[in-house]
Amino acid sequence: MSSAVAEPQLEAEFEAIVGHKDRIEPRDWMPEAYRKTLIRQVAQHAHSEIIGMQPEGNWIGRAPSLRRKAILLAKVQDEAGHGLYLYSAAETLGTSRNELTELLIAGKQKYSSIFNYPTLSYTDVGTIGWLVDGAAICNQVPLCRTSFGPYGRAMIRICKEESFHQRQGFELLMTMMRGTQEQRDMVQESVNRFWWPALMMFGPPDDASPNTEQSMAWGIKTHTNDELRQKFVDMSVPQAEALGVTFPDPELKWNAERGHYDFGTPDWDEFWDVVKGNGPCNAQRLAHRKRAWDEGAWVREAALAFAAKESKENHA
Amino acid sequence: MSGQIRSEWPLYEVFIRGKRGLNHVHVGSVHAADGQMALRHARDVYTRRNEGVSIWVVPSTEIIASSPGEKDPLFAPSGDKAYRHPTFYEIPDNVPHM
Ligand SMILES: [Fe+2]
Ligand SMILES: [Fe+2]
Repeated sequence: MSSAVAEPQLEAEFEAIVGHKDRIEPRDWMPEAYRKTLIRQVAQHAHSEIIGMQPEGNWIGRAPSLRRKAILLAKVQDEAGHGLYLYSAAETLGTSRNELTELLIAGKQKYSSIFNYPTLSYTDVGTIGWLVDGAAICNQVPLCRTSFGPYGRAMIRICKEESFHQRQGFELLMTMMRGTQEQRDMVQESVNRFWWPALMMFGPPDDASPNTEQSMAWGIKTHTNDELRQKFVDMSVPQAEALGVTFPDPELKWNAERGHYDFGTPDWDEFWDVVKGNGPCNAQRLAHRKRAWDEGAWVREAALAFAAKESKENHA
Repeated sequence: MSGQIRSEWPLYEVFIRGKRGLNHVHVGSVHAADGQMALRHARDVYTRRNEGVSIWVVPSTEIIASSPGEKDPLFAPSGDKAYRHPTFYEIPDNVPHM
């Protein structure tokens, strides 16, 4: 082992790998702060996928047709898979899935605030697919090139699946827009509720995001929150036009000089309030996750006991 | 670990053959109580869209790995043997098919 090598030299090697935009792999030496930052970010990301199953799962039993139900079921199952890819990546950093789950349930680790908003109608399934998965794609595509190998590989796998999520959502909304006036109103109402929370998914503005600089130096992040938010707005406006809906932002307009859309400021007080646990569904989401975890305990124990018994019999 | 109740399902590394003719490739890991369950979990987590025709699972603790440091002499024997590569040999341009 290389434990005899002095730390400054190990650090220099780490910096060189990151500097060349090469990847750090689990058994490489890495600064403790890099490891901690990654565990926090990957765990938060994994938790978001798992908690994110709840708002949409809410509508599986009430989907309007078998076709829609099969699609929604597959989509929510994908999100479970995304959570597992990411827990698997986090575990290569020396933590365990159980430990992370317990930190989540204890409220010591976060998940994306967007999932603390309720899904009030089936239309929200479409809006989430279009805007929430759309924002997630914006965030995740650059993460495929993040400096930690297992995280980047998990993101590649996830991004391949997200495109289905966004398209099924957009198609759902398109179908409703071709329906009655009441259905069109439902789409607009749903978009009105989700637009600002979707913009908040990119995190606080750059001048209020103290960790961004270090994360970019380490190659964990490759774009700032505001850059990604702008990209998302630019992508979404023509999609909204094609759909026939508007976004609830009077300041939204094309700026030819910048070559981007100008847009208003999200309500950052609301954002921080939801982060602190005061959103409409924070308590409900955590309580549900805790219940599933507690009620599954006997299954986890029974499976272990059965496996132990089997292996004893096989070795007898 | 504080006894049986708290212990976690062990970790298995998952390898998938994408299609006939290809090697199994490492794709990630799953937790499972035993190997059979690990195979099922690997199927559910890593092959929801026909990504594989065959799955291997191996207890993570059974993987024997080389040490990652560049200072590791493990790969040194191949470092200075340029003559193992075809480009080491100069063949005139007018010699065909070589
Ligand atoms: Fe996802
Ligand atoms: Fe998704």
